[in-house]
Amino acid sequence: MTLDRLPAQRSAEIVAIDWAALAPDEAKRLRAMGIDEGAHVSVAHRGVFATKDPIAITIGRMTVAVRRAHARAMMVSEL
Amino acid sequence: MSRLRTAALVGNPNSGKSALFNALTGARQKIANYAGVTVERKAGRMVLPTGEPVELIDLPGSYSLDAASPDEEVTRRVIMGEFPGEAIPDVLVIVLDAANLEQHLVFAQELAELRRPVVIALNMVDLAERDGLVLDPDALSRALGVPVVPTVAVRRRGLDALAGAIAEAKPAGGESQPAATPDPASMAERRLSARRIAEKAIVSETAQHRLHARLDRVLLHPWAGPPILFALLFVMFQAVFAWATPFADALDAGFSGLIDLTNASLPESIARDLLTEGVLAGVGSVLVFLPQIVILFFFILLMEQSGYMARAAFIMDRMMASVGLSGRSFIPLLSSFACAIPGIMATRAIADPKDRLTTILIAPLMTCSARLPVYAVIIAAFIPATTIGWGVGLQGLVLFGLYVAGILGAMVAALVLRRTVTKGSAGGFIMEMPKYQMPTLRDLALGLWQRAYIFLRRAGTIIFTVTVVLWALLSFPQAGPGETQSEVSVAGRIASGLEVVVKPIGFNHEISLALIPAMAAREVAVSALATTYAIDAEDEDEAAEGLIPKLQAGWTLPTALAFLAWFVFAPQCISTIAVAKRETNGWKWPLFMLAYLFGLAYIFAGITYWSAVALGL
Repeated sequence: MTLDRLPAQRSAEIVAIDWAALAPDEAKRLRAMGIDEGAHVSVAHRGVFATKDPIAITIGRMTVAVRRAHARAMMVSEL
Repeated sequence: MSRLRTAALVGNPNSGKSALFNALTGARQKIANYAGVTVERKAGRMVLPTGEPVELIDLPGSYSLDAASPDEEVTRRVIMGEFPGEAIPDVLVIVLDAANLEQHLVFAQELAELRRPVVIALNMVDLAERDGLVLDPDALSRALGVPVVPTVAVRRRGLDALAGAIAEAKPAGGESQPAATPDPASMAERRLSARRIAEKAIVSETAQHRLHARLDRVLLHPWAGPPILFALLFVMFQAVFAWATPFADALDAGFSGLIDLTNASLPESIARDLLTEGVLAGVGSVLVFLPQIVILFFFILLMEQSGYMARAAFIMDRMMASVGLSGRSFIPLLSSFACAIPGIMATRAIADPKDRLTTILIAPLMTCSARLPVYAVIIAAFIPATTIGWGVGLQGLVLFGLYVAGILGAMVAALVLRRTVTKGSAGGFIMEMPKYQMPTLRDLALGLWQRAYIFLRRAGTIIFTVTVVLWALLSFPQAGPGETQSEVSVAGRIASGLEVVVKPIGFNHEISLALIPAMAAREVAVSALATTYAIDAEDEDEAAEGLIPKLQAGWTLPTALAFLAWFVFAPQCISTIAVAKRETNGWKWPLFMLAYLFGLAYIFAGITYWSAVALGL
């Protein structure tokens, strides 16, 4: 399952990230925030109105907004 | 004499670094740019307990020394002593958010590994306690081998202890081993040890329902969030226009009084005319916007300091993405409704250079407060004050339509620019959402003062110069007997040349003449028209009163509508161009901005004029 499909408020582990799908600076930024393989994340908020974009994910004590396209590049498995 | 020692505040974004900087330096701050880049350099002076003064600099927030944005690149180069003209900091003050240790310790370890004198400010310990976290600063200090001082910047707690620690700072040494260059492996290692150190430092942790999660559930709700944002913006715009009026009127009256006083007390001369018609009238016509700018920034700073601004960016991101921008562009564009200048300066927060450039290019399309006097006069003269039902007035509707036209124009322009001149991979949107916090009066006041100061300095330099030059163009050569000043002056002759170009879109000689001084600031068009129609106006309001019948007699409705359409697009503000030049480091983009906006203004004024004529208006 990719992160953009993870139901809200459920914890999951990032098992793989398709780094090639991300711009180099974005990949660097995500890694620096700890959004990397092995990290535990959950989806806090998803989109405005009927869109599912952007997504606010919780990692540790941080909330980070990412685009759906970023989340789609991340494979997660529910914990 | 030895040089002043420097200490640098460094840390992750949202670690409360700026609040700590404000608390340590007070109002003794110098804000400038780093040489050659448009990254803000904030420096101030603090006095150590030993009585020694040190220069404190507030480095841009970073996640790592491996820079991912121009801001982070500045941070890295200053810390490494690679920035030309910047002294290598003698002490690094690492600012950590106490409630987010496992994240912030990653960068802190990277910095501690540099083996330089380091002090850690364990900031916002009060918020951590609110979240149910009890921390042991000594355990943290032992694990990292550096002094750790708990602080609450906004409550001014721990500042003396921090100053003492800065005075005694020694090179770091502890568990962490020096690393060569940061590569993914050592980053992962740091992350692991950050978690280990954080676990040691956390004495107890109760799973409380955190305040910001509860607030986010409402403010980021997919259906409730956007209406809340729009309601907030509505209140903000109401306040900008309603609250500012008495202050603006007072400033206006003050300048009129000053002009009268000068005219009465000085003998008639060219110098007096320069002082009254040029300097006082010109600078005064721009300074009346200070109240609006201060009120707008009051709201913007409130949104920033409370942490809501990041939520607004989240909500707007989808909409901005549809034209190739991101939620980060929302904040500068919002500021541009007051004035494009602070808006363009606020684009510095946009990491992606193409996104940033596009935002700068479209910022002048947001209806700034300088357009209001122009719109107001033309609408009052040509749009009947009738209601079209449900209490909606036609005049108000036209004004609203002009705002919407600007927004739509900006969106379409962004869409086209992103596919042509600023083409490139669509900038993403990755943004940390800070915790909600009560804004403090002190930080608000300091922020407002800094914004007002930038605006005042601009009025005192650029606007002053331009005003004097325009006054000279309109005053020389002096008209002889039987001639009129507006025809003979240099500006009058330029207007005659300009008239050839703008005649096809319905503009007459008077408009051509008004367009030239309006280059300094749009609202000058009103007083320029008044002067051209030979009205002896004391101020813009009086000019407007006398002006309306003259306009009704002299202009056709298509001409008036074309004039409104022109002002939706025309980049008539030299200060905006100057700021765009500074922020893009060259003339290329401001010239492009001038060309494309004048092109749009011409085309849309033309379309408006010819459609109106064809419809028989």
